[in-house]
Amino acid sequence: MPKELCFYSLGTQSEMVRRGDISARELTHAHLERLQTHDGALHTSLALCEQALEIADSIDNQRHLGEALGPLAGVPLAIKDNIVTQDSPTTAGSRMLHGFRGPYEATVLTRLKSAGAIPLFKANLDAFGMGSDTSRSYVGPSFNPWSLAHVPGGSSGGSAAAVAAHFAAGALGSDTGGSIRQPASFCGVVGLKPTYGRVSRWGLVAYASSLEQIGPLARTTSDARLLFEAMAGSDPRDSTTLAQALSPFAPRDSLKGVRLGVLQGIEGLDKEVEQHLSKVYSTLESEGAVLVPVSLPHLEHALSAYYLIATAEASSNLGRYDGLRFGHRAENPKDLSDLYERSRSEGFGEEVKRRILLGTFALSSGYYDAYYERAAKVRTLLIQQLATVFQTCEALLSPVAPVLPWLHGQHHRDPLATYLTDKLTVLANLSGLPALSVPCGLSSQQTHSLPIGLHLMGPALSELSLLDLGHWVERLFPSPACPFGRS
Amino acid sequence: MVLPEPWEVVIGLEVHVQLKTRTKLFSDCPVSGGSSADLLPNTFTDPISLGLPGTLPTPNAEAIRLATRLGLALGCEVAPLSWMARKHYFYADLPKGYQISQHHHPICRGGAVPVSPGVEVALTRIHLEEDAGKTVHDARRGESQVDLNRAGVALVEIVSEPVMHSADEAVAYLKALHQLVIWLGISDGDMEAGNFRCDANVSLRRKGEALGTRTEIKNVNSFRFVGLAIHAEIQRQFSLLSQGLPVIQETRGWDETKGVTRSLRSKEDAHDYRFFPEPDLCPIAVSDDLFAQERTTLPELPLTRSQRFQSDWGLASTEALSLTDSRERADYFEAVLSYLNEPKLIASWLLNEVLGTLAKLNLTLSNDVLAPDTLAKLLTYLKAGKLSGRLAKEGLQVVLRGEDLDDWVVRHGGQVSDSAQLTAIASSLIEQFPNQVAEYLSGKEKLFGFFVGQAMKLTQGKANPEELNRILRALLEARR
Repeated sequence: MPKELCFYSLGTQSEMVRRGDISARELTHAHLERLQTHDGALHTSLALCEQALEIADSIDNQRHLGEALGPLAGVPLAIKDNIVTQDSPTTAGSRMLHGFRGPYEATVLTRLKSAGAIPLFKANLDAFGMGSDTSRSYVGPSFNPWSLAHVPGGSSGGSAAAVAAHFAAGALGSDTGGSIRQPASFCGVVGLKPTYGRVSRWGLVAYASSLEQIGPLARTTSDARLLFEAMAGSDPRDSTTLAQALSPFAPRDSLKGVRLGVLQGIEGLDKEVEQHLSKVYSTLESEGAVLVPVSLPHLEHALSAYYLIATAEASSNLGRYDGLRFGHRAENPKDLSDLYERSRSEGFGEEVKRRILLGTFALSSGYYDAYYERAAKVRTLLIQQLATVFQTCEALLSPVAPVLPWLHGQHHRDPLATYLTDKLTVLANLSGLPALSVPCGLSSQQTHSLPIGLHLMGPALSELSLLDLGHWVERLFPSPACPFGRS
Repeated sequence: MVLPEPWEVVIGLEVHVQLKTRTKLFSDCPVSGGSSADLLPNTFTDPISLGLPGTLPTPNAEAIRLATRLGLALGCEVAPLSWMARKHYFYADLPKGYQISQHHHPICRGGAVPVSPGVEVALTRIHLEEDAGKTVHDARRGESQVDLNRAGVALVEIVSEPVMHSADEAVAYLKALHQLVIWLGISDGDMEAGNFRCDANVSLRRKGEALGTRTEIKNVNSFRFVGLAIHAEIQRQFSLLSQGLPVIQETRGWDETKGVTRSLRSKEDAHDYRFFPEPDLCPIAVSDDLFAQERTTLPELPLTRSQRFQSDWGLASTEALSLTDSRERADYFEAVLSYLNEPKLIASWLLNEVLGTLAKLNLTLSNDVLAPDTLAKLLTYLKAGKLSGRLAKEGLQVVLRGEDLDDWVVRHGGQVSDSAQLTAIASSLIEQFPNQVAEYLSGKEKLFGFFVGQAMKLTQGKANPEELNRILRALLEARR
């Protein structure tokens, strides 16, 4: 019995379009309908990409003319709204960029489109990527399709929820301190943060330049791989991209002898998360993997280092939002100072302001050495330590977040509590190493079953190896599909 | 003003020079050529130089090459790797809210600018940075207007050591540096267009003591004004200090109409630039190949060339300096010299007749306007006596009109140098004017000129003056 089109994997959808079993227009239309019907409850979409049907039609036309179609032909994608599109606004989830239309397109989108993918809609996010639950968007929060009372995670919460709810075949997110992996984990989908420099940041509204990467979210590791392969590669517009092309990776035919590090000494770990992960580790061991306990002496400083570096870079990157050339401008400013003060006070939300203030402080004269520079040194130590770890392990495992998805509004008065949940994911951003979040089952809470994600971090350029390990995890820990919006 | 002992003024200069690149420092947005006063505002911008969300800088290789060239020419240590840094402040013409500049790791350190023989001014550093746009304040309409054409343009900032001790020294340094950046092809140096901007740091102290508090004089757009501004500032600071009042560290501007400096910003408003390394850029690399390429293509610097013109060609220092005013002129001189080995003659003609004539005709010296071999030919005719001095000057006009010189010389040229011919002419004049001969012999030396004039009339000005004078003098004296 044929499934509803939206429930097929990304890979299958593309295959169907390429074979001509369905048209790209049909596929796009199906997703738009589903979005329209069900997004009221989740609020993942901020704006539709105006050219989607046009692109779909041109793909159908190409097929009709017998031209070759790309590996992502016809695949509709949700695009996190901090990635600049030309056929829709890019708000970065903030009033500051309400209605902003970029006169250029992010490199990742050009590449995905040339592989045949169709950007379908802009996905909700914590403003400027600053947040861990998509509660900090100026248009309101997104909701977790597994449980509407719980957060979808953030800052790419809209992207993760959309993929889980089958509004799109896959999505783009951005990850500065865990913003792809954590919402992927909370929504039971796969999320990959590539090695720093693998994917161009041209067209990504900058939050923390030395930490962030655009990456894919999808329902399976194969889907994520297809997206990643289409996106990755050096870009002359982004000097920080790497020259190295992707090296082919031969899938492992078993886990026997595969050395996997397991991160020790994690404080504040939720009992249920800990127990669940224990079972995961045992299963991997019984499959032949060699689990190696790994301690990182500076683990507890990583989070502080992250927040100092990230906020410092954010305070710098957000200095351009002044109401002068684009974006929100206060009415009737008396003078330049007034224009700056009111435009920025009105345009930015509370969390953004908090981080700008922190970051400005960390860079300021008299404090730079004690804060920013010291954080940079901690960063170097972490990089060195992790390099040692990967001399003896193929990947380092841990939970993605120390806690399960929390309830809406639970952390709102305590931003630090939210920051602490990033402690496991920031390592990959600080070190620039690639990391993957793979669903490994559901929590067994009485009222709600919430997804739990396994975090796999690897040495530089090891995305395909991580995705392969992730594929094993998928097979060993199959989770039921998200029940949201299924008749 | 001359300060009384034991006071001295200490001056350091920071010069911002716009690099002659086709596009901006961090994007391929074209740079407006010529005077920016003629251009529509905000027409030379792009998403990167506007600081739009999601944009990233990429470095301009030509700018790096020019900075390397300048550093090598001035004997700086040019770093194989240098780092860009963000310098933060809020102003309407700074789109990103920060300027990408260099802080702890500039591309060049040390070096010196040769100013005059035996005099050089040491440099602290040279670094790359992007320019900001321009803000124009319209007081009448009560508004400020922002033009971002210049935002993102490539600059080098050249920082001298605080080793100058007079306004004259400062101006001499600026003029030498200005000549150099044009000479090396680094910049157009167009001060009116703002491509060469000087900031002067001025402080006073008693000799032997630590440096006094300095003020920075900004936005002075001519050498003359820099000199005047420094003078005025020295007077102002001395007046304060001799009354026992302190000099406040601040930024001052030059008020042309009142002839004084005035405060622009005080220390209280001093910026904390919150420098940190630019995360969007890799270190700026100067490869071994680039080093080698620039080293081998460095031209002889103006002062060295001027010295060589004096020692090799025996030219006077004023002539040598004038000939090396620009690389084009010095090259031209040596081109003519390659056809005719008469350095003094060529120098004299080039600097006086040629440049003078060209100026009157509103032309600039170039190979197209007056080919070096053509000038050489003209001077060869002169040297060989085929043309008199006066005829040679006419000959110059002829070639500038594009006419054939050889042809013209044949028709109009030819000095009468044959002594038999001249003797015949002189004798006939003496026969013709006996009264004047008598007057001359009675002591009126002036009448010698009369006979010269008559001889010239008869020969249509072609008589060789030296020969004519000799023969005439001899014939007249023989009548005594």
